[in-house]
Parts: sequence; C-alpha cells; structure tokens
Amino acid sequence: MLSKSKIFVKGTIAVLPHMLSVIPFGIITGAIGVELGFDPLLVYATSLIIFGGASQIIFMQLLSGGASSLIAITSVGVINSRHLLYGAVLSEYLEKLSFLKKLIISYFIVDQGFAESNKYIKQNSNISNPHYYILGTGVTLWLCWQLSTISGIILGSFIPEELGLKFAIPLTFLAIVVNDLRKLDHVFVMLVSGFASLILFDAPFKSYIILSPIVALSAAFLMLRLKK
Amino acid sequence: MTWISIIISGIITYFSRMAMVALIDRDMLGAKVKEVLNYVPAAVFPAIIFPGVFFNDFGYLVEPSDPKIYGAIIALVVGFYSRNVIATIVSGLLSYWFIIFFLLK
Repeated sequence: MLSKSKIFVKGTIAVLPHMLSVIPFGIITGAIGVELGFDPLLVYATSLIIFGGASQIIFMQLLSGGASSLIAITSVGVINSRHLLYGAVLSEYLEKLSFLKKLIISYFIVDQGFAESNKYIKQNSNISNPHYYILGTGVTLWLCWQLSTISGIILGSFIPEELGLKFAIPLTFLAIVVNDLRKLDHVFVMLVSGFASLILFDAPFKSYIILSPIVALSAAFLMLRLKK
Repeated sequence: MTWISIIISGIITYFSRMAMVALIDRDMLGAKVKEVLNYVPAAVFPAIIFPGVFFNDFGYLVEPSDPKIYGAIIALVVGFYSRNVIATIVSGLLSYWFIIFFLLK
C-alpha cells in the first residue's frame, strides 16, 4: 500500500512534463499583464484569486481594451466553466472526504492535474487515498503557476517571442489525449469536439471552450444509446 | 473596480471547481451520465488543441502547410507510439522549431 506522501509525490511527478508549457505560459501571462499597464500586484492577484491561465489573459486584455467589468467577468466564467466537468469526474474519487477537505482540494483542480489524476486513478482503482494524487498534481501546478507569473511580472517576457512557445499549449493537451486515440469511441468524441471548436471559435465570450465539449458529450451520449 | 472584478471572477471560477465536488451528491447523477463522463477528457481537450493548431494569432485558419500542423502531426505520432508526455511535447516543439528556424529561413 502506498503511503499518502508517496501518492502525493507520484502526482507531482506526473505533471512535471507539463511544465514545458505551464512555465512559459505563466511567464507570458505575468508579462502581458504588466505590459497592458496593470499594477503588478493586481496582475499577481489574478493568478492567486482566479488561477486559470487563459482566462487571466483574456480578463486583463478585455479590461485594458475598455470592455466593461461585466463582460470581463462573464468571459472568465464561461472559459472556466469547463471545471464543472472536471469536478463531476473527480467527485467520484473525493466522495468520502469531509466537506472542508473537498473545499480545499477544489481550489487545486486544474486541466493537466485533472487529466493526469483521472488517468492514474482509473488505472489504480485500488488505492485508498486518491485525493493525495489529485493534490500532488494540483499543488505542483499551482506553485509553478504562481512562481512563473511572478517571474513574468518582474522580468517581463524574457522568453523570445520568435520561439512560438504558445504552441506548447496545444501540444501539452495533445500529450494528454494521445493515448485515447487507440479507442475508436474516444476518437469519435475528440473529432466532434475539435471540429465543433473550429466552427464555434468566434462565438461570444470564448464560449467555444465549453460549447464544444457540450456538443461532443451529447454526441457521446447518442453514440452510447445507438450502441445498445 | 478592477479589484472587485478580480474577486468576483475568482469566486465564479472557484465555484466552477467546487460545485460538482462539494455540493452535488454523486448519487444524483444517473448511470448514463456517469458513462458519458468517461468522455470528458476526449470532449474538452480537443477544443483547446484544434484552435491552437489550426488558427493563427489573429483567429484565422492557417494554411495547410503551416509549421504548427506538421509539429502537431509529429507529436501525435511520437506520442501515440511512445506513450510519453515529454516525448510528445518535445518532439512537437523541436520539429516546429526545425521548420521555422531552418527550413523556412
């Protein structure tokens, strides 16, 4: 039986490869905030209080471009609503925890942490403390995100733009789903989601981020019905 | 005003993380819903991947010969066979850099 700390460390190790995209993205986020003219403390507050990469950049870009707070807040809410789906999946592994522990762990639910945790816990369904794995991924990603946005705020975007490191973001998510390409039903759902995102890309408030998964999950639902 | 917006955005974001974990009883979800939830990664991540590969910074579709498309294909093949996250990301980045710094220069 693995001890709690060992499970935590396993979670940490699982998300380390994703730092290839998380750290540059964090630096860019911090640097963009300062470049847009926001107070450094305020830029950092988005990392601590909102804690959601793409949504932070869009929030600051909208406000500096003169959009109303309502539009900025709505966009953040829409972009981050995908966490509802992560929560729905992870809730199965967190069921037995106290309410307080659920509240704490929830803060650390992030894309890559969710994906790696879900993968690990599915393969090791016998472990008794899966939430330590989720915490290991989440706390590690949180810490790296805080440190990289702070360094972006202080040092500016010291990563040359010519490197095109933004491309690391789709790659990190590709690395997450690539293994599921072995399963035809998953491939079908992925293609629906991907093409939906291209078609819905211009929908208001960046809502393609949540609309495409909804379309893809509906397709999955129909597929499951037809299979039976 | 900006501070208040950050705090409200933070509360909404935290709520989206917490609601399904802490407020919803899992028994409320039917068997069918649980089955569909198996597809959450497949339904969410391509919506981040596709626009990141097929759109440029200005939101226009890229040319079929765009370096990002080649990078993504190589990452996909390497990832599929290696089942390794680092290999997937690094192979994609390196092939992308090779194209933009050597082939296109």
